[in-house]
Amino acid sequence: MSTTTAAILFTGSLVIALAVAYRPLGDYMYRVYTGTGQSRAERGVYRLIGIRPDAQQTWSAYARSVLAFSVVSVLFLYGFQRLQEHLPLSLGFGPVVPHQAWNTAISFVTNTNWQSYSGESTMGHLVQMAGLAVQNFASAAVGMAVAIALVRGFARRKTEHLGNFWVDLIRGILRILLPLAFVGALALIAGGAVQNFHDPYPLQTLAGARQVMTGGPVASQEVIKQLGTNGGGFYNANSAHPFENPTPWTNWLQIFLMLVISVSLPRTFGRMVGSDRQGYAIVSVMATLAIVSLTLITVFQMSHHGTVPTAVGAAAEGVETRFGVPNSATFAGATTLSSTGAADSAHDSYTSLGGMIGMFNMMLGEVAPGGTGSGLYGMLVLAMITVFVAGLMVGRTPEYLGKKIGSREIKFAASYFLITPICVLVGTAVAMAGDWGRRGMLNTGPHGLSEVLYAFTSASNNNGSAFGGLRANTPFYDTALGLAMAIGRFLPMILILALAGSLARQGRIPVSEGTLPTYRPQFVGMVVGVAVILVALTFLPALALGPLAEGIR
Amino acid sequence: MPLMTRAPAWVVQHLAAVRALLVLTAITGVIYPVVVWGVALLPGLHNRAEGSMVTIGGRTVGSQIIGQLFTDRNGDPLKQYFQSRPSNAGTGYDPTSTGAGNLGPEDIVDTLPEDPAKKAVAIAAHKARDSLLTQVCTRSKAVGALEGVDGSRPFCTPGGVGAVLSLIGPRDRTGHVTRPTRVVSVNEQCGIVARPFLTTYAGRPVECARYGGDYLVGEIVPIRGDAPATPAVPADAVTASGSGLDPHISPAYARLQAPRVARARGIPTDAVLKAITANEDGRVLGFIGEPRVDVLRLNIDLDKRYPFRG
Repeated sequence: MSTTTAAILFTGSLVIALAVAYRPLGDYMYRVYTGTGQSRAERGVYRLIGIRPDAQQTWSAYARSVLAFSVVSVLFLYGFQRLQEHLPLSLGFGPVVPHQAWNTAISFVTNTNWQSYSGESTMGHLVQMAGLAVQNFASAAVGMAVAIALVRGFARRKTEHLGNFWVDLIRGILRILLPLAFVGALALIAGGAVQNFHDPYPLQTLAGARQVMTGGPVASQEVIKQLGTNGGGFYNANSAHPFENPTPWTNWLQIFLMLVISVSLPRTFGRMVGSDRQGYAIVSVMATLAIVSLTLITVFQMSHHGTVPTAVGAAAEGVETRFGVPNSATFAGATTLSSTGAADSAHDSYTSLGGMIGMFNMMLGEVAPGGTGSGLYGMLVLAMITVFVAGLMVGRTPEYLGKKIGSREIKFAASYFLITPICVLVGTAVAMAGDWGRRGMLNTGPHGLSEVLYAFTSASNNNGSAFGGLRANTPFYDTALGLAMAIGRFLPMILILALAGSLARQGRIPVSEGTLPTYRPQFVGMVVGVAVILVALTFLPALALGPLAEGIR
Repeated sequence: MPLMTRAPAWVVQHLAAVRALLVLTAITGVIYPVVVWGVALLPGLHNRAEGSMVTIGGRTVGSQIIGQLFTDRNGDPLKQYFQSRPSNAGTGYDPTSTGAGNLGPEDIVDTLPEDPAKKAVAIAAHKARDSLLTQVCTRSKAVGALEGVDGSRPFCTPGGVGAVLSLIGPRDRTGHVTRPTRVVSVNEQCGIVARPFLTTYAGRPVECARYGGDYLVGEIVPIRGDAPATPAVPADAVTASGSGLDPHISPAYARLQAPRVARARGIPTDAVLKAITANEDGRVLGFIGEPRVDVLRLNIDLDKRYPFRG
């Protein structure tokens, strides 16, 4: 079989597998978030937390709960890292330095999982599994909870009630993430991922040299890293590390896991608003953007243009032999499209245009399909903006799913889409303005700018992948990127919840002659157009100075 | 809970948050990974969860899925062994320092050392650096010499560094330097190369490069040369992996090494080629991943069948 045919089958089989999972998983999540019964275990958990599961929250109470949980999580994770030398399984590592501990705490609580540290030389096993991996579950479930609250805003009428954050959080973890993670972890171990508690230990290689072998509870963390679109690797090499991602088929599985929840949530959305085709329309927008993007990045990587790739004869630098260039490109595309940020190859060494696609994917605002939950709410905001733009063009009343998109709603939606570009562009500009930022670049010229632009794009959109050459463990980058992650996560969430509150208060406008149908291919095409134009207008100048300047000669 | 009902709302909120985090830490941070670990004690999973360790005669020699070096104390290849890919993990295949080199596709200008004789020291101190292009060219030349094939590549000098010129002079309207006043081969340091890979360019003599010279003011032009587009030394032999622990090489790189390994062990090349085929894995289901050869497995196999008497 030719490499090209294999590459097409690889991506094609992923698309088919996701299409197969769409209905059952989407329906299952629908039942999870709309069901009224509690299992005995859940009742026990609610008692321990001290909340009443049937109590409904307004949008502001919901938002305060999200923020309270996140603040507590950041403080806890910060303290955990600072105190790790006094805890068991620390592997003898000292406290993580303050700026790095702050960056890492924000990073994992915001579902970004940007890593300015190297796992195998910084974090003990306990911090990894009981600190970082816990946030892999929690931050994913928080994203899903906020998305479900927004969908309730569309689905409900004349109410202040958006559900209960604590119930949504606990159900998301206990009923969705944990069971899937458990099965996935065993699958990864069957492929060769490790799950043990060994300290690093030396051995003598076949050639008689010394090699220090590492261990750790890797598989249990690896699976939720993908399933929860987190992306923070147990080891520095992330999913390129054979102990995290041992075989070509685990590579396929990891890509599937990072996409499956975000791709299936539109089904949940469709069920909740009482119209499956609205869900199909949203998932079609995601699929269109994703398939075009995956095709482009694979073509750019396989055609390996540029000086070094031409000298090598392939874009093989930073790529594992077992995965090869095309499958690594698919992974890179999926990880940037889904806000995961895991990496099975070195994005920094990608061809100029291949690396640019990764950046472009994140600049889309992580909506195709985006992070767990955050992808869906980002896409719904895009749909509202599309309805509004279409309304302006043809003189139709802007409405979506029976809700009026008035000035209040459109202000929330527009602000949502301004936050991350501001973080990205201002952050990059500040970094480039002085030695504090420029000193961190490994590469020179346009590629150096790409490293910085990539970093702020990744942080602000809560992706977490990197052009890894950037030396990001400095007080400047740890602080600035930490701020970008926090702002890029929580301001949009607050706006989404405010929007949900405003929508839930409305009644339902009956469908009329003037209603734009939001389930037809025409609408899908319009949302795709709006998404691409928004990004192009915002980021093209920055891209022109970085990857485009490097790649087009 | 009387305390909570009497406390202000924001305190109640945070108390719930603290309790939720503690409960979730117990469930997802302790019980879940320990249960996974427990299930992985089952036979069939246990060896993998432990790292797929390989033991020969009671001695653990490594992990089946983590690459290692097959070099002597000076870092020179042991000729009886198949060689792994270049690695950026520490000083090579160090699991405590994994990762990639992260240099970009247009990283083609070296930072030269002040004293060429002490280049390694300068590189270790981050005062000098080979560009990715020069790394590729140097490796290609070395592998070519070791295996007895042509190590030339596009954009590489015969000496094994990046073939890159700096054209210094006035820029024309499109930003190019068409009539340079000086032409410098930026990666060929004076004193190391006898003469640059080109004698003249655009009517100017090509100079060698000196430490501290600012050649980035000129237009940087890589020179393609006439090396074949598909060089004799395969791509994986001249590039490092993403992890620095890649346990595999391509079947092409394995076959390239076969005659040398056969000579070192005093056996026919055919026997080595057969061993390669026996240790080669194809794509999973015919379309997932790439064909590859596990280097440690192959070398152990050879040691078992054709012990080296060096």
